[in-house]
Amino acid sequence: MSNFTTATSTVDLTKIKPYGDTYNDGKVQMSFTLPVPDGEEAQEAARQYAKLMGMDEPSVTHHSDLGIGYTFFVVYGPVHHTVDYTKIRVTKVESHVFDRVECGEWIAKNIGRTITMVGASTGSDAHTVGIDAIMNMKGFHGHFGLERFKNVNAINMGSQVPNEELIAKAIEVNADAILVSQTVTQKDVHIKNLTNMVELCEAEGIRDHMLLLCGGPRISHELAQELGFDAGFGPETYAEHVCSYVMQEIVARGWVNKK
Amino acid sequence: MTSKLNLDQNVIASARNHAKNIAESMQEFINAHTTVSTERTVLRLLGVDGVDDVERPLPNVLVDAIKDGGGLPKGIAYWMGNAIIKTGKTPQEIAEAVSLGQLDIMQLEPVSMEEARKAIEPYVEEALAKIRKQTAKREEYLATIGEGKKPYLYVIVATGNIYEDVNQAEAAARQGADIIAVIRTTAQSLLDYVPYGATTEGFGGTYATQENFRIMRERLDRVGEDIGRYIRLCNYSSGLCMPEIAAMGALERLDVMLNDALYGILFRDINMQRTIVDQFFSRVIIGYCGIIFNSGEDNYLTTDDAIEAAHTVLASQMINEQFAVLANIQEWQMGLGHAFEMDPMTEDGFLLELSQAQMAREIFPNASLKYMPPTKFMTGNIFRGHIQDALFNLVSVWTGQSLQLLGMLTEAIHTPFLQDRMLSIENAKYVFNNARHLGDEIEYKKDGIIQKRAQKVLHDANELLAQIEKDGLFPTIEAGKFAAVKRPFDGGKGLEGVATKDNDFYFNPFIEKMLGGAK
Repeated sequence: MSNFTTATSTVDLTKIKPYGDTYNDGKVQMSFTLPVPDGEEAQEAARQYAKLMGMDEPSVTHHSDLGIGYTFFVVYGPVHHTVDYTKIRVTKVESHVFDRVECGEWIAKNIGRTITMVGASTGSDAHTVGIDAIMNMKGFHGHFGLERFKNVNAINMGSQVPNEELIAKAIEVNADAILVSQTVTQKDVHIKNLTNMVELCEAEGIRDHMLLLCGGPRISHELAQELGFDAGFGPETYAEHVCSYVMQEIVARGWVNKK
Repeated sequence: MTSKLNLDQNVIASARNHAKNIAESMQEFINAHTTVSTERTVLRLLGVDGVDDVERPLPNVLVDAIKDGGGLPKGIAYWMGNAIIKTGKTPQEIAEAVSLGQLDIMQLEPVSMEEARKAIEPYVEEALAKIRKQTAKREEYLATIGEGKKPYLYVIVATGNIYEDVNQAEAAARQGADIIAVIRTTAQSLLDYVPYGATTEGFGGTYATQENFRIMRERLDRVGEDIGRYIRLCNYSSGLCMPEIAAMGALERLDVMLNDALYGILFRDINMQRTIVDQFFSRVIIGYCGIIFNSGEDNYLTTDDAIEAAHTVLASQMINEQFAVLANIQEWQMGLGHAFEMDPMTEDGFLLELSQAQMAREIFPNASLKYMPPTKFMTGNIFRGHIQDALFNLVSVWTGQSLQLLGMLTEAIHTPFLQDRMLSIENAKYVFNNARHLGDEIEYKKDGIIQKRAQKVLHDANELLAQIEKDGLFPTIEAGKFAAVKRPFDGGKGLEGVATKDNDFYFNPFIEKMLGGAK
């Protein structure tokens, strides 16, 4: 908590609430649908619902019929709840982030061998966008992928790879880290698949010499750890975050001379 | 049509000619082979349906039986014709008897190919009549209740539960959607069978089954009659069951089907021999019954860079077009795909998108171009996302695209909420109406950014196609020239389902009749 600007210097950090255009006005916008036909009653239902969510004087600024007797609302209003910012503790991936070139040099200097990472979008998930963003040469949004890193052997197995196949490949190439990507999260299908991955890795006895990482738009480090992964990488993390973490963990865990 | 982009017609003709040669060279391979899915499709069209006591579809039971007995090269039509003569039963009764272990169709005394062909003929005619009836029904609807203006508003539903899907589809239609696509459950493309019956459990989508098709069709017809606009239904003729699903689509009157000659190879790691053979039959069916196919070039731009790889999209569109010509598909049925997928932070990116969309329209003037929305660079910032979608809509109405797959502001977050779909339809209707004739009013500066961009993409596509013609399509895919994905000739899924035909016995009555334009 070091980088405050002067604008927040008068804020009571033990009781923060949303800012609209005046300090502590608590103004929030939200939109939702109720399964009732559009009309005065529907708007009142939306207001009451917003009140239950902590809005004192909700105002329904827009309502429209969705075609099957359901109604869409946009609601603005002040919320009364506050949060104590001083008590917040967030689990983060605790490693210094180096850029791509620095990663290559750091590995040469501190590990002295090529590190190997095997990744895939596993289970029924057909989306390659996440694993490609991290592993493919091109990377994403100007952040090159692991294939372009020096001293890194990156193997991208693509999508819809069974967990068993990914593990078999990791064992075959004696990987330092396994990267699991999950994009589809409908009905928590990713949780089941990730849990299964952890169980299989434990059964194979590889958890004492391979890092197990997961990533995706709905993945947080906290969720990943809860499921038994070493680390999780969510939105706005790129290949350099993954590589920085993996190389530093290899050293920290004494796996530099892994056979 | 004069080219607003000042495209060199000779380069277009050259590229198209390379693509034609590529497709024709593949046709020899296709004609020499069959697949388990091709044979199952023949059975489905002959009226074989249902499952055995362990939920195996009867078309699989029967085709697996002849495959295990080494009979696949003769084709199921021969074996079925033979069995009809020797047992006096219908195809469905024969399939049931085989599944119960009461009949081994390969142990019957063999008849000649001509006799088998004759025995099966009434069932073939019956199937074609059923399909023609559905096609006539579509034409009747279009003539009576009519349809929405192009670009058609195309939205997806993806709840996993067909009974929930129909409600969302109805809502979307009432809000203004013209095409409803039911997204499939995420692993279905790799199933080597089509599940049976109505389904309520799927992830990221709903199983494509014939019963689900029927349920959705029925609802959309009812809504369409009510609102006075024909609502088109779309599903996926792709994956390991490409032709089977096309047959189901023909029987249940789907109007649009995702169907790409290369997609399964590149993005689902399906074996290339399998896909190339499968796509042919699926396209013959699609061509026959008046379905618009959608090719999947947009996917190249999500895995590769949208600016650098633009010419691969055009090259693939050309190849898809020529494969379609060989399957007797009309130009208006060609929903060639492309997409608005450049990084939104690119300076003048809008000009490049505009240029490429205009280029697709000029090169394929009569195709039902399918334009795909931004997905790769959509984020949790729904507010910016909604603007990206508005720019996408503007390019579409400006350049006269045909099928507009609407972008969702929540693309990066979840499968669309009911309200997300409404917001995106509202966005498109607003932009389309407000800029309806913009394209008629605008010309582009000679040798400006827009003209030069399109000329370059066309030039690069022509070179790539020339190279592919020289190297061959299979080696090109093996070398990773499309979407930067490499696939081996003998790798991937489904290769075990490919067989070389035994030309003394093999016949596929449907391909013959459909290509002949049977009435």
